[in-house]
Amino acid sequence: MTTQLKDEAPLGRIVVITSGKGGVGKTTSAAAISAGLAQQGYKTVVIDFDVGLRNLDMIMGCERRVVFDFINVIQGDARLKQALIKDKRLDTLFILPTSQTRDKDALTQEGVEAVLNELKEEFDYIICDSPAGIERGAQLAMYFADEAVVVTNPEVSSVRDSDRVLGLLSSKTQRAEKGDSDPVKARVLLTRHDQGRIDRGEMMTVDDVLEILAVPLLGIIPESQAVLRASNVGTPVILDEPSSAQTAYKDAVSRLLGEEIEMRIESERKPGLFQRLFGRSA
Amino acid sequence: MSLFGFSLNRRRPKTAQTARDRLQLLLAHERGQGSGTPDYLPQLQNDLIAVIRKYIDVADDEVDIRMERDDDVSSLEINIDLPSAEEKADKPAKKR
Repeated sequence: MTTQLKDEAPLGRIVVITSGKGGVGKTTSAAAISAGLAQQGYKTVVIDFDVGLRNLDMIMGCERRVVFDFINVIQGDARLKQALIKDKRLDTLFILPTSQTRDKDALTQEGVEAVLNELKEEFDYIICDSPAGIERGAQLAMYFADEAVVVTNPEVSSVRDSDRVLGLLSSKTQRAEKGDSDPVKARVLLTRHDQGRIDRGEMMTVDDVLEILAVPLLGIIPESQAVLRASNVGTPVILDEPSSAQTAYKDAVSRLLGEEIEMRIESERKPGLFQRLFGRSA
Repeated sequence: MSLFGFSLNRRRPKTAQTARDRLQLLLAHERGQGSGTPDYLPQLQNDLIAVIRKYIDVADDEVDIRMERDDDVSSLEINIDLPSAEEKADKPAKKR
């Protein structure tokens, strides 16, 4: 992994990880992508926008180190520098946790903008981990974004919600409202992909999903046991033990950085005894 | 069990147990505090700055509060950068 610590001004690029639907892997993806960018030498901060339901800290494994949070900073109770938690594994990675006690009304557009502007001065990538839904928290997480990663499962309700979120990205964001800048660059990250079920006709294919959503694909993350394992121990998938999900997230990060990498789908496990005995026909 | 930073037991622990332990610890803290994680910290910080200012001239951003929660102890680390009066007080005072 190259660590190109750059002398130039930080990129200050804001990327929202969103989905509409809950439980599709937003926080897992936000943690993995931010760790992946940091691993590549980009100074990265990941912000939890899910006020009242703090969880990014657990996925990042820094839940015991939270003192001040995003809301404290917005309300002027703490300085940004105090609330930022430096990752213990990567010195280019920082976490800005949210409040566990307040509700989403504590987020204000002006407050969020001020914090993001301050972060842009110092960070290459600012990853906004959106809450589920399309209300205030989710809208503010996407409002200032330059790019969006729409996390989608190959499942009807998730695809429908992603479509709705894509609509909001192209209408309810600063870039959309200004009109003079490029629209938010949105891409789909397909998670919980299961080639076996696709082969058996039980799951929509990648093409099915992309045809419906009509936005480019950032990556395909296979259904993987590594995701639960990583969350158990509080390590982003990309920094945990090698797995098909890890490879897929690394590829997605490279594509986010503008590299052209062929889509590949690794299967999670070699066929076990059961599968060898009964073949792949089941 | 770890000694000198590495595990004596080379067998990997079951991660489900790690998950359970992390949650138990975190939730015990959150429930114990009534309203979740310590909400008094911003106020504590302001009060600390006010007290210190009675004696020393420090800026808001020269006080840093860190917290580390562990199984049986939690520590609150307060770092105050004292102004260097004639170079002598350049080192941060560290209290526990």
